[in-house]
Amino acid sequence: MTYTQLAIASVVVVVIADLWLLRTRMVTRKVFWTSYAIVVFFQLVSNGMFTGFGIVKYDGDAIIGETSPLQGPPPFIGAGRIAFAPIEDLLFGFSLILLSIAGWIWLGRAGLQRTPTAGPPIWRAGPRGPRGPRGSRGPRGIDSSDRSGGADES
Amino acid sequence: MERFGYVGVLLFVLLGCLWLEVVLRTRVLARAKRLALSWVLPVTLFIAWDAYAIAAGHWWFDVDRILGWYLPGRIPVDELLFFLIIPLASILTLEAVRSVKGWRSGDEAPK
Repeated sequence: MTYTQLAIASVVVVVIADLWLLRTRMVTRKVFWTSYAIVVFFQLVSNGMFTGFGIVKYDGDAIIGETSPLQGPPPFIGAGRIAFAPIEDLLFGFSLILLSIAGWIWLGRAGLQRTPTAGPPIWRAGPRGPRGPRGSRGPRGIDSSDRSGGADES
Repeated sequence: MERFGYVGVLLFVLLGCLWLEVVLRTRVLARAKRLALSWVLPVTLFIAWDAYAIAAGHWWFDVDRILGWYLPGRIPVDELLFFLIIPLASILTLEAVRSVKGWRSGDEAPK
């Protein structure tokens, strides 16, 4: 199989795993797509370094684009590439990110280290004490008072 | 120095995400056992994919810019580090979003 075929197949398999095998249903959640949007940006940057500097190279028979050149970077965008990398890498990355996150959530749902939960960010309040709420939401409304920031809080 | 090209990019990824554990209190590294088990599935499946792709010639590496140590199947050790660091970065990002937004993610304790 080509990289193109494998990359498409991997997305199908991982989405099936997320929805029906692990039943984590991450692809139905806002929290996943927001996280993915952040990660895919950094994927384009770091993968652009791998491929733009020629650290990793690809065979034109396995991808939509052409074989990576011997000297110099491949096309930045177009000809089957985005940020120097084969567009297949977006599918590969999606599968890797979704599988990693779904596995993490599946383990938590199975009861493994559900706590300590994330948050609150350091600009909201001090470390959650024994009186702090147990939910994933930070203790809003508790005034940390020694800080005038937090203007970016929506 | 050239042989640190690949791991240099990985270092960039780590610098880009590890601060979340402190500033957004993601508590991912604090849940080490859960993190370690989370690696099993992606590392196993993607290393297998990597081995196939390298054997089939789908992709290859500039030998001057990888560490030069290999796993069975001619997989550079750099690739194993990649398949550890990208899941970590993904999970840190998820927990960072949760830290700020508090959105349900499916692993909350039953009420």
